[in-house]
Amino acid sequence: MVRSVNGNTVFRLALVGVAAASLAACASKPKPTYPTQTPPATQAQPPRTELPPAQPGVSQQPMGALPGSTQDFVVNVGDRVYFDTDSHDVREDAKPLLDAQSSWLRRYGSVAVRIEGNADERGTREYNLALGARRANSVRDYLVSHGVTADRISTISFGKEQPLDAGSGEESWQKNRNARTAIVSGAR
Amino acid sequence: MTKTLRTLSRPTALLFSLLCAITALVLAAPARAEIQLNVNRGDVQPLPVAVPAFGGGQVGADIAEVIGANLQRSGLFRPLDPASFVEKNLTAAVQPRFADWKTINAQGLVNGQVTVEGGKLRVDFRLWDVFAEQQLLGLQFTSSPENWRRVAHKISDAVYERLTGEKGYFDTRVVFVAESGGRGKTIKRLAIMDQDGANPSYLTTGDSIVMTPRFSSNSQEITYMSLRPDSSTIYLFNLETARRESLGTFQGMVFAPRFSPDGGKVAFSVERGGNSDIFVMNLSSRTSTRLTSDPAIDTSASFSPDGSKIVFNSDRGGSPQLYMMGADGSGQRRISGGGGRYTTPVWSPTGEFIAFTKQTGGEFHIGVMRPDGSDERLLTTSYLDEGPTWAPNGRVLMFSRETPGGPPKLWSVDVTGRILQPMPYPGAGSDPAWSPLLN
Repeated sequence: MVRSVNGNTVFRLALVGVAAASLAACASKPKPTYPTQTPPATQAQPPRTELPPAQPGVSQQPMGALPGSTQDFVVNVGDRVYFDTDSHDVREDAKPLLDAQSSWLRRYGSVAVRIEGNADERGTREYNLALGARRANSVRDYLVSHGVTADRISTISFGKEQPLDAGSGEESWQKNRNARTAIVSGAR
Repeated sequence: MTKTLRTLSRPTALLFSLLCAITALVLAAPARAEIQLNVNRGDVQPLPVAVPAFGGGQVGADIAEVIGANLQRSGLFRPLDPASFVEKNLTAAVQPRFADWKTINAQGLVNGQVTVEGGKLRVDFRLWDVFAEQQLLGLQFTSSPENWRRVAHKISDAVYERLTGEKGYFDTRVVFVAESGGRGKTIKRLAIMDQDGANPSYLTTGDSIVMTPRFSSNSQEITYMSLRPDSSTIYLFNLETARRESLGTFQGMVFAPRFSPDGGKVAFSVERGGNSDIFVMNLSSRTSTRLTSDPAIDTSASFSPDGSKIVFNSDRGGSPQLYMMGADGSGQRRISGGGGRYTTPVWSPTGEFIAFTKQTGGEFHIGVMRPDGSDERLLTTSYLDEGPTWAPNGRVLMFSRETPGGPPKLWSVDVTGRILQPMPYPGAGSDPAWSPLLN
């Protein structure tokens, strides 16, 4: 927890946490809640005889993901980017997430990752293994070019063997064309 | 492509060939001229054959049933309903009453006798040309009693070869990947079964993903790929001794193994830094040689039957296509010419064709072309067909087929595309590999 004050991500996380709490909207994330302040009664008015309005309770829950943890990476950074059909080029819309991955990995220098390339079912097994490997390496190259040292990154391809979405159709296939950055060691 | 049926004794040959060409006419009045049958034509009519229960009790009936099912599945024969047989309890010791078999229009008749003596199973069988009233074949097999199915397969092969002039493929096995657990959490186990789906058994436990098993030419050894969360390994697995060994440790992923025809080498792909290239390892010296160096994907190598050439898959031209090279990597050139994506090339055991998977317009096909890329023919069309493997006679292909959201199933199609059917294996399976004829 000592480290928790020295990161933009963590700050952002805290703000998000506060916002989430005040909106009381997010059920899945830990949500610290805070007492609502009621204005003090004016001195001029005598106490009324009716009971004061009920005080809201104070609940306590753990803070959000421990910074530098796998959960922090998955929830607050994002572990997966997606690709176009039969392509291994990093898409424009994937770059902000990979930028966030590289800054997170630069901050937590002891973390080692394995990038797992995946392909949709609209290809044959061996070709898709090779295609998934290309995707994994595209992500690896991007992270390296953004300052993550290469020896912290390994790659593997699962081809079409581990679909994220078991459905059939473009929506499912799009989800299954991805590269996942999996933390293998060094996380808090 | 002009494989022809062996000339039968005259009347049967006449009937058989004419049945194939002009069925109605033949049935009405056999003609006089001898015509050669092209079994690759799309209008072949299956030959009616009778396979009555062999003498010798239940095992005799079982053997006849296995023979009939084999012949039926080939698509070249039509076993007749035993209820229609006029002559009953025919043994191998007497000449059939041909008139009785002509009545039901049986062209061929397979009969036999099983004897179990001193712990040995002996099967005598004869193949008769009914209309010529001649014996075409008379053979005796001896084995152990529990081996009766293999005897039935060997008889099927003998009948098939005598009537078509080509080697059979019934005394063979299929190694494949048995799938269970549903999509997204599939358990994949290496499995083996007879070509008719009998005697299935698992070879691996399912603790890692296995794929793309392939037979060595000796039928006793397979190679396959195993995928774990952090690495891939190519294994050699001996089916007799259950001994398993790794092909070696490589930098990068290894996949797509396939034996050379003499079993002395394995071609495979190694991926490094996103680039997949084809290597070949000499199994006795354990030295490997790199055959391709293009920055594109090079994978799915398959040797020609004489071992001199390799067909493979590459997307160096922008999309996955089929390429040919010498077994030393020389003279690499593209052979697939049509639109679409071509993958999984497999050289036929006869050397005549390359089978492949093709994707066009959202559909998958199993197809064949000549080694120079000419005469491309698509044999199947579906949502997802993949990974053909050849029967040892080059006559039938097995592959896996998936429906949207469904598990993969094993199917077969003959090289004319006419006889398309699911394999008699009820479970989910993928990546079939057909063995050579067993010894």
